[in-house]
This record gives sequence, structure tokens and C-alpha cells, in this order.
Amino acid sequence: MAFWDYANPTRFLKLVQVVLPWLTGLCVVAFAAGLYMSFFVAPEDYQQGQTVRIMYIHVPAAWLSMMCYSIMAVSSLGTLVWKHPLADVSAKTAAPIGAAFTFMALVTGSLWGKPMWGTYWVWDARLTSVLVLLIMYLGLMTLWRTMDDPIKAGKAAAVLTLAGALNLPVIKFSVDWWNTLHQPASVMRLDGPTIHPDILWPLLVMAVAFTLLFFVLHLMAMRNEILRRRVRTLRLRAASAAHPRSAVATAQPAE
Amino acid sequence: MSTWAIVLFQRDLRLSVRVGGSALVGVLFFLAVVTVIPFGVGPDLNLLSRIGPAILWIGALLATLLGLDRLFQADRDDGTIDLMLMAGRPLELVVLIKCLAHWVATGLPLVVAAPLLGVFLNLEPAAMAAVTLTLLVGTPALTLIGAIGAALTVTLRRGGLLLAVLVVPLAIPVLIFGVSSADAAIHDPVPFLTPFLILCALSLIAAVIGPIASAAALRFAAD
Amino acid sequence: MDLGPHAGFILASYGLCLLTVLVLIAWIRIDKAGQEKALRELAEQGVSRRRPEDGGR
Repeated sequence: MAFWDYANPTRFLKLVQVVLPWLTGLCVVAFAAGLYMSFFVAPEDYQQGQTVRIMYIHVPAAWLSMMCYSIMAVSSLGTLVWKHPLADVSAKTAAPIGAAFTFMALVTGSLWGKPMWGTYWVWDARLTSVLVLLIMYLGLMTLWRTMDDPIKAGKAAAVLTLAGALNLPVIKFSVDWWNTLHQPASVMRLDGPTIHPDILWPLLVMAVAFTLLFFVLHLMAMRNEILRRRVRTLRLRAASAAHPRSAVATAQPAE
Repeated sequence: MSTWAIVLFQRDLRLSVRVGGSALVGVLFFLAVVTVIPFGVGPDLNLLSRIGPAILWIGALLATLLGLDRLFQADRDDGTIDLMLMAGRPLELVVLIKCLAHWVATGLPLVVAAPLLGVFLNLEPAAMAAVTLTLLVGTPALTLIGAIGAALTVTLRRGGLLLAVLVVPLAIPVLIFGVSSADAAIHDPVPFLTPFLILCALSLIAAVIGPIASAAALRFAAD
Repeated sequence: MDLGPHAGFILASYGLCLLTVLVLIAWIRIDKAGQEKALRELAEQGVSRRRPEDGGR
């Protein structure tokens, strides 16, 4: 099975070497097409005017912020259940990228909100959920950073990621409930009532472009992480060769 | 099986009441938070009675987070958890019992103190009763969810702050439904029971997810 | 093309997204350069990976 063939980091690095240029090319093409469509093809919205063009980056960024967490959750299952050696590499490197996309979704959402709502920030159900998601990403990244041993950190982060994944629907539901309780349903919603095909096509192309961008960045970051662990193992080996007595103490956590 | 559970419960309860008197410190912290709020928002009694349930809930959340880092730390440092693992006790159950004892020592005093602090916030009797009831149902969920954070940060030297950051997003639903059911009892946009039953459900869910996730984290930390 | 009265907001959101992506790419590239440099230095010191399949673990 291909899934297990690439459990070997060296083989995975070779695969990345082959796939990455193609993926990058596709990503650039998709972005060129998506940006052209969203600026020159898509009409302005009768309600939102030209500001609808912010949607073409806001919606894909929001979509990726959720997709990235799903990938982290699946990777965490990979760490805990299947013990796939690359799973925690994938989970660790996805977190900063997911945080970046979540940040983009927040920034574009609030830049859209200023002309539409009159303020940069509204405690809208969507924006609030995304903010909570950002906090979860940042917490996970901090947890990764505070633990020295990558294997232990990977398992701890996997537990937290899965607990978060179970809680995310509950958080979403309760934030929606809280929002309807405290605010009348706003006329102008971030998703809009119905999506016209003229708007849908650029949105879809941009979503594909963002997804490709995510995979390019994720593969690059995974390659870095594999190299980092290699460096770590080699340093530990060098240290244990230099000081044979402390070898047992230092070499053990490397595995 | 029930004997060791009771013994463990009594031991944990005794330890958390005796060593450092964490229960009293939690209540004091709760009092401090509630005292500080009027200095921030002004002594307007109408405003205070409107946001009173929220203040009590946030105070309880902060006080719970404050005491959580002690939940597993001492037992891990002196090897008690390893012993329990070797004795073949199901770790999930051990965690649940420890959480229960911890809640009785730190959460229950908060619930008892809530009506008294409600007086400071000009809460009506109905509101006071509602907040106390929601805290009684909701604070176990906070402890159980917090146990996940406590188990994850158990190996860290100064994990308290990180614990709070990790746990707060997961505690948001409890806070939302706790406050809204207390609010619903006072001025009713929705019947009291709807959010209250969801709050009960959240506590039950936390009683399943919390021990399982914390036990997994503790096992990995012990390897 | 005319972006209407809110052109600033539109350009700012595209610009900030571009900036975020560029920072991300720059961080990944700098990280890669750093790790490769460390690997080269280790190789010069004669620390080798005798079991290549073990190295990435």
C-alpha cells in the first residue's frame, strides 16, 4: 500500500522532490486564473459592491483553516492508532500553516466588515468561531515548542488535536446559539443568502488555488521537519560518541 | 473494585484540602475576581445585576483553571501514577475519581460561595439560585476538560499558563450554556430548561472525553 | 478597473494575504537552508548516518 511505502522518510523525501515542482506550477497557474477571474471576470455584487472581491480570498482561507485542522486530526489518528512515522511530522508542520490561513480569514473578514458592518470586528458567529480556532492552533504550536522530545510532543499534541476535533462541532454549535441569542440575524452575512454562478466559479478556482498552496507549503515544511529530526539524531549520536558515559541518558529520548 | 475507588477518592480529597489549602485559595481568588470587576465597569448596580451571572461564571472558570495544574503533578512526581498503572487499575477511572475529588475540594466551594458573591452583584434570588444551579452542573465539566490540559502539561516545569491557554477554547461551550441558562432564568428569551439540559449534556460528554484523553496523555507522558 | 469607494479595504486584504504567504514561504526556505547547513556541518565533522532509514525518525 502506497500509504505505508512512504512511511520511510528517505523515500518520502524523494517523492517530494518529484512532486513539488509540478504542484508548485499547478498552484501558480491556479492562482493566476483565480486572481484574473476574481478581479476581471466576476461582476460586482448588487449589495456588497466591489467589496465582494474580498470574499474570493476570505472564503478559501476560511475553508483551508478548517481543512488544515481536519488534516491534523487525521494525522493525529495516524500517530496514535496506526503509528505512522510521518504522521506527527505532518501534524506538527500543518499547525503553523493552518494558523496562517486562519489569520488570513480573520484579517480579510474584518477588512470586509469595516465597509459592510461599519466596524472592524463584530462578534459574528463565524468570525468568533474562527478566532477560537486560531487560539487552538496557537495553543497547539506552543505545546509543540515546549516539549523537547519530538516523539513525546507528537503524542501529546495528537491527544489535544483529537480532543479539539471532537469539541470543534460543539464549539461551533454553541457559538451559533450564543450569537442568535445576543444579536438579531444580520442582514449582511459573510456567506450571503445564495451564491450566483458568476461568483461561484472564481470562488471555486481560488479555493483550488489555496488548497494547492497549502499542499505545496505543507510538503516543504514536512521536508524541513524531517531534516530537522535528522540533524537532531545526528547531534545526539555525535554527543554520545564524544561522551560515552552519558550516552545512554542522551541517546534514549531520540528514539 | 469499589473499595480502592473510595480509598483513592478519600486520599485525594484529604491531600487537596490539607496541602496548601487549595480549596480556600480557589474561593479567595473567586472573591478577588468578583471584587475587581466593579472597579473595572463601575459600581452601577443595574449593570452589575445584568452581567452578574457572567461575572460569576468567568470567576469560576478562572478559579478552576488556577487550581488545575496541581491535579496530576504531585502524583506524577512521586511516582504514584506509575504505581497505579502497574497495579492494573484502569487509568481512565483513576482520572475520573481524581477529578471528582478535585472538584469536591475546589469546585464545590465555588458553588457554595456563589450565592454569597451574588449579593455583591445585586442578583435577585431567582438569578442567584439559577447561577448556583448552573455552576453546580457546569463546574465538573470545567474540571474534567481541564484535566486534559493538566495531563498534557504534567511533564512541563511551568505548565500552568499553557494549561489555561489549551483549555479555554474547549471550555467555551460550557461557559456559553452556563451563562445563557442563568440569564434565561432571569429574563427569558428562551425557556430555562433548553440551555440547562444542553449544559448537563456537556458535563456528561466531558465526563467521557476528559478521562479518556487525560489517561491517554498520562500514559504517553509516562513512557 | 475601478474598485469603488472601498478600494483600500480590498487592496489591503489582498496585500495582507500576500504578505502572510510570503512570510510563510520565507520562513520555510530559511528553515530549510538552516537544516541543510547543519547537515553539511555534521557531515564535515564525520558524523554519518550509517542506517539511513533510521535517520528521519
